[in-house]
Amino acid sequence: MSEQTQGHGGQAHGSVKEYVVGLLLSIVLTVIPFSMVMLDAASSTVILGVILLCAVAQMLVQLVFFLHMNTSSDQIWNTASAVFIVIIVAILIIGSVWIMDHLNHNMMMGH
Amino acid sequence: MTSTADHTVLEDTPGHDHEHHHDAGGDTVFGFWIYIMSDCLLFATLFATYAVLSGSFAGGITAKDLFDLKFVAAETALLLLSSFTFGMAMLYAHQHNMRGMITWLCITFALGAGFLCMEMYEFHHFSSMGATPQTSAYWSAFYTLVATHGLHVTAGMIWMLILFVHFYRDGFTNANLVRLACLSLFWHFLDIIWICVFSVVYLMGVM
Repeated sequence: MSEQTQGHGGQAHGSVKEYVVGLLLSIVLTVIPFSMVMLDAASSTVILGVILLCAVAQMLVQLVFFLHMNTSSDQIWNTASAVFIVIIVAILIIGSVWIMDHLNHNMMMGH
Repeated sequence: MTSTADHTVLEDTPGHDHEHHHDAGGDTVFGFWIYIMSDCLLFATLFATYAVLSGSFAGGITAKDLFDLKFVAAETALLLLSSFTFGMAMLYAHQHNMRGMITWLCITFALGAGFLCMEMYEFHHFSSMGATPQTSAYWSAFYTLVATHGLHVTAGMIWMLILFVHFYRDGFTNANLVRLACLSLFWHFLDIIWICVFSVVYLMGVM
């Protein structure tokens, strides 16, 4: 029974190997930023960059290995909606921080 | 999955797993995916609020004073492992192996419960140290963001309990497998949100 599902459903539902690889990659991408911050291993700009890079990388790892996202025609609408949301989220967060930063700055000038 | 069928005809990709159009629940899972995307927007607004208020301590206790990265690392480990164990449960579900699926789901449930206990202990600890949601704008944003994630985890665990009853009653029906697939999406999604939380809130908070 197990052999059948391994080979057959591997593409659509993932396999043990896929989950294990996803888990190991996630652990590595979690340990790197945590240890860098804990050990204060580099300048804060470098650490900030590493944190962001590892976070984005780990999100991609989980999307691919745990959520089985791919670019096949099977999933085109899942991927399209995800890309749309990423754009909206980027506008929302970057826009908010940008505008409120300028607002703070201008309010300071008045004093 | 009507849209899929259209694309198959148009693009004619050979050698792909077209035999997997078995679930009539494909539309349900896709609909749930759209819900998850809208949930991303909810979290994005909370993250934006947090980012804007990230320095607003009002002269009170700061994040640096309270955050304990070892504690957060343990929370992260629990949630990450639970995402993995849910994946294992899904594999057993596709084999229609009830024992294996229930075992892995129970482990997932226990890991989720462990995560929630740690989070509640952390909130209690912070509050007792003088950082309540009323303390400053920063702590309001912090509790709103982290507790919203915690509430989602709680909802996922209640959903898991209900699914236990469904599987116990009806076994591996198509409807139950669709429900499990939706919960799986939800659970992995919560893990992805947690990646953002520990990176933005905790790691950047102590820098």
